Amino acid sequence: VRTTFINTLTDLAKNDERIIILTGDLGFSVFENFKNEFPDRYINVGISEQNMVGLASGMALRGKKVYVYSIIPFIIMRAFEQIRIDICYQDVDVKLVGVGGGLAYGPAGATHHAIVDLALMRSLPNMNVISPGDPIEAKSAVIQSYNTDKPTYIRLSRNGEPCIHDEKEKLVINNIKKIVEGNKVLILTTGNMLEEGKKIHEKLFKNNILIGLYSVHTLKPIDKKTIIEAANKYDFIITLEEHNIIGGLFSSVSEVLMKQNINSFKKLKKVIPYAINDEFSHNVGSQNFIRKSYGIDENQLVKDIKSLVN
Amino acid sequence: LNFKELKLISIEARKKIIDMKYNSKSSHIGSAFSVLDILIFLFFNKLNINSENINDEERDRLILSKGHASAALYVTLAKKGLLSEKKLDKFYCDNGELPGHIDHTVSNGLDASTGSLGHGLSIGAGMAMASYLDKIDNNIVVILGDGEVNEGSIWESAMFISRFKLSNLLIIIDSNKLQGYDRANKILKHRKMINMWKALDFDVEEINGHSFVEMEEAINNFSYKTPKVIIANTVKGKGISFMEDKLEWHYKSPNKNESIVAKNELEKEKKELIEEGGK
Repeated sequence: VRTTFINTLTDLAKNDERIIILTGDLGFSVFENFKNEFPDRYINVGISEQNMVGLASGMALRGKKVYVYSIIPFIIMRAFEQIRIDICYQDVDVKLVGVGGGLAYGPAGATHHAIVDLALMRSLPNMNVISPGDPIEAKSAVIQSYNTDKPTYIRLSRNGEPCIHDEKEKLVINNIKKIVEGNKVLILTTGNMLEEGKKIHEKLFKNNILIGLYSVHTLKPIDKKTIIEAANKYDFIITLEEHNIIGGLFSSVSEVLMKQNINSFKKLKKVIPYAINDEFSHNVGSQNFIRKSYGIDENQLVKDIKSLVN
Repeated sequence: LNFKELKLISIEARKKIIDMKYNSKSSHIGSAFSVLDILIFLFFNKLNINSENINDEERDRLILSKGHASAALYVTLAKKGLLSEKKLDKFYCDNGELPGHIDHTVSNGLDASTGSLGHGLSIGAGMAMASYLDKIDNNIVVILGDGEVNEGSIWESAMFISRFKLSNLLIIIDSNKLQGYDRANKILKHRKMINMWKALDFDVEEINGHSFVEMEEAINNFSYKTPKVIIANTVKGKGISFMEDKLEWHYKSPNKNESIVAKNELEKEKKELIEEGGK
């Protein structure tokens, strides 16, 4: 998705001189083309994220469209106050592009894991939050967020995610993408859990269990209508995310549902969260290894869903 | 305007700030009085910001990064005709118009929302960078408090400004030497900042931040080869005998009696100034 992001942005930048990229000394093998094509509009500001976000705000106040790039903990957490005031309070056209969503930097350790970013960004007034699950969603995220002047957080994973959607698919960024409908159980994924959701769906399908699968690529604004519809169609809604259980997808979905009259749902019995259970990972290992240790992986869900439907 | 005219505006502005602080019972009168003369000088004699060009992309910009001194900026903008006088009476109150710390959406004369220290310099640097890219020849002035320079983000910005030689950006440090809970030089090695700015190739000049003559010389029509820092030595609570250089006036608001005494002092100063000119 990183490659998709930069290719899409480079195309947009050809027709829009306002586009500027700021990076906090990261992006090796990502920005080389952009830098060659638009040397004035690419700035490596150094390892100084607070300054980077403030700069972006100042440039946006003077009419630029600024894309700010770093690894999520550094841009989102180190510079949180600059994001809160300089970007959101002032409501300026800055897009924060973070890489390493969830456990993407698995073996690098918990300093580099991003498991509270959605909670932080969702809670800021004026901020839109997009968490694309595959390159197609990432492309839509970049294009459609470009078309607004709202502050936007785009949570990317790393590189090498497979395309889940068809190349020609036109995603509307505020609408939950229904990938497949099923019976009784619906999995909602966000971001890089889309691939895991797809695997779970396929494995259960081989066992003659047909579950629904939707991709919630946009967490804010959230697609309330589709979530409420799902509560009328499915007994169980499973939320699957590489994020702390507080403040991410489970919270977003619960917030929508709990605002409704609970008795009004035709089907829904329970929302079941698969998320990180409010702990830092001290397990060393790959993204998949840590997912397994948290029980938010394909095998665990397949097992649990089998017993749920039987 | 000539310096005497500026001084008269400054006296009137102080009277208005006393009323605002008395009515709202809010803090930071000392901080407003230390920076006020700098703001008045900039808006009336230096900056290309006026009611005709206020929405012009190419006009100058001013960021008061020490946003707690907002009252000084609000009054200066009102004196310059960029903010309605009526709004000054709705400062820091219910159903108010002007918050204690700056919300730039309140008036198009406010160029950035500030109040949390250490933010304004990066925003100013972003504006200066945008002007450089757009080949716009305007000036960006960022006013910092000397306590604010404790913030690490200031030095992140400083390294950036130095690297890109943003000489269209002028930094003025309102150095009243009293910060939140003590004298600046007792909390950290405050005076070392002069060498730190110099080490980053800033042209550093120290002046009296209440002297329009010295400000005129130091600002020198914004024609700098390298980025410049003016350290303006100021007095917290300037202009009122019992407030000057007193930490408590970072927090206290004047009561009724103190307001009267303070305004009498200012009236006396005004009278002397006018008589002096008459001779």
